[in-house]
Amino acid sequence: MTTAQHAATAKAPARGLPIEKDEAARVLTDLMAKFTGYVGKHLPQDVLDKLAELRARETQPLSRVVYDAMFDNLEKADRLDRPCCQDTGALQFFVTAGACFPLLGELKAILGDALRQATKEAPLRHNAVETFVEQNTGTNTGTGIPWVDWEIVPGDDTCTIEVYMAGGGCSLPGAARVLMPAEGYEGVTRFVFDVITSYGVNACPPLLVGVGVSTSVETAAILSKRAILRPIGTRHPDPRAARMEVLLEKGLNEVGIGPQGLSGTCSVMGVHIEASARHPSTIGVAVSVGCWSHRRGTIRIQPDLSYEVLSHKGVRL
Amino acid sequence: MKRILTTPVASEDIADLTVGDVVYLTGTLVTCRDVGHRRLIELGQALPVSLRGNAIFHAGPIVAQDGDGWRMVSVGPTTSMRMERFERQFIAETGVKVIVGKGGMGSETAAGCREGHALHCVFPGGCAVLAATQVEAIERVEWLDLGMPEALWVCRVREFGPLIVSIDTKGNNLFEINQAMFDARKARAVAAISGEVRFIT
Repeated sequence: MTTAQHAATAKAPARGLPIEKDEAARVLTDLMAKFTGYVGKHLPQDVLDKLAELRARETQPLSRVVYDAMFDNLEKADRLDRPCCQDTGALQFFVTAGACFPLLGELKAILGDALRQATKEAPLRHNAVETFVEQNTGTNTGTGIPWVDWEIVPGDDTCTIEVYMAGGGCSLPGAARVLMPAEGYEGVTRFVFDVITSYGVNACPPLLVGVGVSTSVETAAILSKRAILRPIGTRHPDPRAARMEVLLEKGLNEVGIGPQGLSGTCSVMGVHIEASARHPSTIGVAVSVGCWSHRRGTIRIQPDLSYEVLSHKGVRL
Repeated sequence: MKRILTTPVASEDIADLTVGDVVYLTGTLVTCRDVGHRRLIELGQALPVSLRGNAIFHAGPIVAQDGDGWRMVSVGPTTSMRMERFERQFIAETGVKVIVGKGGMGSETAAGCREGHALHCVFPGGCAVLAATQVEAIERVEWLDLGMPEALWVCRVREFGPLIVSIDTKGNNLFEINQAMFDARKARAVAAISGEVRFIT
């Protein structure tokens, strides 16, 4: 089949695939395998910048020892080309795909293949255990892994993929609850602090804290995860939400959890809130946290499969 | 000057250490986490490696096959608190002297450390390549049927650390001390913020 025919069958706009679809799928699989491996070895620029700032602000000697180890580790991971944390997560991909992206229908299978390839090449730790069977698949793929979350953009032909690699340690504090409206945003505040000052202490702080405010547990939970995919320091467009992000961040830093919970000048890399309109009778709230080794990568792919890495500087895959 | 503990570690080698001290470990370090603990304590299966005087690491590594053997690629600590329900008995049954992990452990482990003259130490979490470069060799692997993260990887390490003593042999618990401080500060911060987020009026 010619490229032109592909473009027609995929109803892609003028910029269709330059090559056969099978070949294009192989190219994209290879690209995503390499990018996934890369994300496991290098932190994104916003995280590096924030960690450097927190390190400079840290005054406690014991906590400075920890920051030194963290930066030493990042340098070694880069130089030796190895995953900077051994827990390379149960992979999640957050896809924002144009409805006209030429490989939209193939993308889910491509991401699974890319993950199997990255598991061998990077390598990644075997982290997919089939539930009830209770056996490690050894491939990092299994029922629902990789977890792929979709947003489809009408009329667009590009695809932006967030690769997210969270260790078990920073998934453990994740929590959601539905509050009664009488508890208000004061109740949201208390919930966030309860989670971070208990389970958060062991989750490799300084943490990036995501808060979802919505109607029910699952909508709040997905928003809380999307919140930690935002670049550090970006603010919610609503002035009250943005103000609450700043208040929570300042308040959590005053708790002084420090790196690894050993106490110190700061607790968090940031607090991000994502919200939806809610049912008048409920306030769903959820917290997701990212550890200091916040392995998040963003790549934008054009319909001709050329790409741009948005999260890291100077990447060659 | 670096304080280096060498396995086998005797009770008197670590008696003077106190929470917040920084030490390094040379000798035998065995990865052992959730299922390793569960098999010994709940299922009564004997560990296939002697831990007396040695150290365990709450960790699930990435390893690579290297000829007939194995090479450590990336190995950082995992959340120690998951082993809290087993650790006191684990110390008593194995005679392990140094437990390395991440985050704090609870009062049961602290009691186990006091009774068994053992330490819990924190290796900075997420520093897995730093740790891997301090592993001289993987001497053998046991219980590989559990998969890569849960298997017991018997490692020879050299100046493995920094290890921050979080529970000492007297049962002092650094994370318990910190928690009381965090809780007091939390109450103040929540009260202050609550006054500023009364958006439902």
